[in-house]
Amino acid sequence: MKMTTIKELLCADVVCGEENLDSNVFSACGSDMMSDVLAFVKDQAVLLTGLVNSQVIRTAEMMDMVCIVFVRAKLPTPEMIELAKECGIVLMTTEKRMYDACGILYTNGLVGNKIKK
Amino acid sequence: MSEALNFHFDVDGDDFTSAGQASVQIKKNLRQLGISPDTIRRVSIAMYEGEINMVIHAGGGEADVSVTEDYVEILLTDHGPGIANIEQAMQEGFSTAPDAIRSLGFGAGMGLPNMKRYSDYMNIDSEVGKGTTITMRVNL
Repeated sequence: MKMTTIKELLCADVVCGEENLDSNVFSACGSDMMSDVLAFVKDQAVLLTGLVNSQVIRTAEMMDMVCIVFVRAKLPTPEMIELAKECGIVLMTTEKRMYDACGILYTNGLVGNKIKK
Repeated sequence: MSEALNFHFDVDGDDFTSAGQASVQIKKNLRQLGISPDTIRRVSIAMYEGEINMVIHAGGGEADVSVTEDYVEILLTDHGPGIANIEQAMQEGFSTAPDAIRSLGFGAGMGLPNMKRYSDYMNIDSEVGKGTTITMRVNL
């Protein structure tokens, strides 16, 4: 699924990385606990979260994730935006809640992935 | 690569916001060495979880990474409180992290299990009141 589609489906605003919206993501993970995210394996994935701190960006960077969507209209801090720009990660924010945002992406074909055993 | 390449980092225990900087740097270094993306990801995640653990539980510590022909070795050393029951600490979901850390997205009891998950070899040497040394290897 292209990131432009994610933006449209979630009625999201792009915070940074607009130039990368034509890239594809192949899976998604929704969590506010970063260690749960770190147990998840798949590159070119999108992270949906309601957590706002710099470790969210660092976690995505470690996982080679390409996009983070902040749910419940959360906004990343200027420091987080700078970190995301350095790593080339697209940041979006949506008013939708986590359950709804994940459900919308899932029913449109963006599925999750296995936990690494 | 006939001799090991060694990298040393001091992990600051006072600043949770900056935790993970050593792992970010190692990721860059391994990329420059042409190591495969999957291996780099495994090393980065294992080390990142270790760094976060050192900041949460031990007031920081030191991280040493060696790259040999056969593996990447991560040595994490701290002088924190030590781990009283390693078997219990390795169980997914077991955590002694304070609520303040959970509100920051960590302390879900997944740190040590994730470190084991992403490494090919892991050893924990810990003494209560003295500190912990963790050795992890990811094969190349």
